[in-house]
Amino acid sequence: MASNNNSGSGHDATALPIHISSLTKKYGDLYALDSVDLEIRSGEFLTLLGPSGSGKTTLLMAIAGFNRPDSGSIRFGEQEVILTPPHQRNVGMVFQSYALFPHMSVAGNIAFPLKLRGVSAGEIEERVTEALETVQLSGLGERGIDQLSGGQRQRVALARAFVFGPRILLMDEPLSALDKKLRERMQIELKILHRKLGVTTVYVTHDQREALTMSDRIAVINHGRLAQVDTPEVIYNHPANAFVADFIGESTMLDLDQDKAGNLTYKGSKISKPPSGGNADGWSLVVRPEHLSIMANGKASTDRTIVFKGTVTETVFQGETAFSIVAIDDDTELLVRFGTGSKAKSTYPQSGEQVSVGLGRDDAILIPREDQP
Amino acid sequence: MTVIDMEKTAQPEQALHAGELQRQQSREQWSLLSLVVPALIVVVLIILIPVGWLFYLSFVGKDGGLSMEHYLKMVQYKSYARTFVTTFQVSVLTTLICILIGYPLSYFLALLPPRWVGIFMLAVLLPFWTSLLVRTYAWLVLLQKNGLLNDFAMQIGLWDSPVKLVHNMTGTLIGMAHIMLPFLVLPLYNAMKKIDRDLMFAAANLGASPVSAFWKVYFPLSLPGMVAGSLIVFVLCLGFYVTPAVLGGGRVIMVATQITAILENQFDWGAASALGVVLLIATLLFLYIAGRLFKFDAALFGKN
Repeated sequence: MASNNNSGSGHDATALPIHISSLTKKYGDLYALDSVDLEIRSGEFLTLLGPSGSGKTTLLMAIAGFNRPDSGSIRFGEQEVILTPPHQRNVGMVFQSYALFPHMSVAGNIAFPLKLRGVSAGEIEERVTEALETVQLSGLGERGIDQLSGGQRQRVALARAFVFGPRILLMDEPLSALDKKLRERMQIELKILHRKLGVTTVYVTHDQREALTMSDRIAVINHGRLAQVDTPEVIYNHPANAFVADFIGESTMLDLDQDKAGNLTYKGSKISKPPSGGNADGWSLVVRPEHLSIMANGKASTDRTIVFKGTVTETVFQGETAFSIVAIDDDTELLVRFGTGSKAKSTYPQSGEQVSVGLGRDDAILIPREDQP
Repeated sequence: MTVIDMEKTAQPEQALHAGELQRQQSREQWSLLSLVVPALIVVVLIILIPVGWLFYLSFVGKDGGLSMEHYLKMVQYKSYARTFVTTFQVSVLTTLICILIGYPLSYFLALLPPRWVGIFMLAVLLPFWTSLLVRTYAWLVLLQKNGLLNDFAMQIGLWDSPVKLVHNMTGTLIGMAHIMLPFLVLPLYNAMKKIDRDLMFAAANLGASPVSAFWKVYFPLSLPGMVAGSLIVFVLCLGFYVTPAVLGGGRVIMVATQITAILENQFDWGAASALGVVLLIATLLFLYIAGRLFKFDAALFGKN
């Protein structure tokens, strides 16, 4: 999967796996990384996703060698690198600020890592030209950095990070400074570039949509610990815990009770059996707005559908979709999202309207109950 | 046809409030301009007029008529040339010493966490707020034959008999460097502070060892600040009077010292003015050349 010769960079682009074990870093009393174990597979696009202060950037900086963990191990392939200074780690990195050298031209920036590696002038020129082509900036080599737009700087930073053929590429929120449209286009471009280069890529973001869009796997991180590591589909559809369910996508969490027969119930109505192999004190039901649908009032639960009854508080039109807030009891509200399509606005649920809200039993997501802070 | 033509010609006059808006704008511009009037008056009164007067005096001969005699004298007598050589020598050496001490100091300050910068900056700036004379005489006390430094050095056995540290070039340079250091450190620190920490990370990440990252990235980016600071120090040194006069002990004759001597001993305003004019022109010439070599206006005013 990893190796490819199409990048044309004239080097063997074999990717390296990263093995992280028991990595710990404390700032004062605070654990930025709390004994983190993470296997990053060769050639995969792995995203470290978490809120600010979760430790995701600390982890990336530790891989790059810019901070010194208190203990633990980081291996690139078979090689232990925890003691290796950053300039000998041979990993490419794209910084949030791009960190382009303002006193060098575009070509000068991209040639920088090649010059340090003693590549001959002719080959440098060749590889810089190729790299510029790859990021679609052909002919801009002589430009100064201050003559570039944000999107172009981003591309130069990218070209500089992979031009020397690193087998690991790190990216620290590289798209956060771009406007929404450009950001979404770059997400796709980065994905395509990753496939082309085949290098192991570790990407840091706090934007869950970005993570879902780009990643082979996502490592959700919170308070210096990994909350869940899995593919975007699994992370979204089968969150392992309340934090992941809450952080990724929109959701409402309903605490469930257990009846004498062992079935999980919500306010007396049966939801499902406990998940097999599950071992928890209690369970919560995670409800995603797009899994819900508004039904005519008075429908009852069936084998296939769980029905909640409630009152519409508000309906909001957002373009391609709209949502209604439905109060199912005094302190619980469900968000119901529906496509707008050709539906006339007059058919949207009106405030104060009594409705039934249906959830397919297949879409019922159960997670171990946690007392939310 | 006629209707369209009429509209075309009528439009500019009928544009809503155009005249009033125009007048309002020019009123605003004039009131902004009036803010610089006091400064302008001061500059004219205490700089342009006296310098013009000086310029005129330098061309007035002993007999009261216009003459070039003061300038000719400067070419004829070797002592004048020596004075100018000494002036440039002291200025260049002081600037170099300031760079040698100031660069690592600024680097250190730029790396300090913000809460410590204040304290260390105070140490740099403190001499700034003390009287020049006080500082100069303090150095005299420290450096003289029976001064603190000689006593201490002999006590710990560094040297046996007092070393001549003052009333010569050494003393002058020590005093000058001390006084000039803040002028170098401030712009340099400022330039270093603006260097993004990520740039050094990026250099390391791309394979640069700490030493090569410094020379390839950090140093070039700090250079404008260093050039700006060095220019300030150098130009200030050119016209310096008190410190060379006191610590030089009559052995380090710089232009300013010479001017005073001429005025005190010969009361020759013409000769003194001519020296001043030459120094002024030399300084301006130097700044002009430096300005062509480095874009130091950008460095001074932080144009990015």
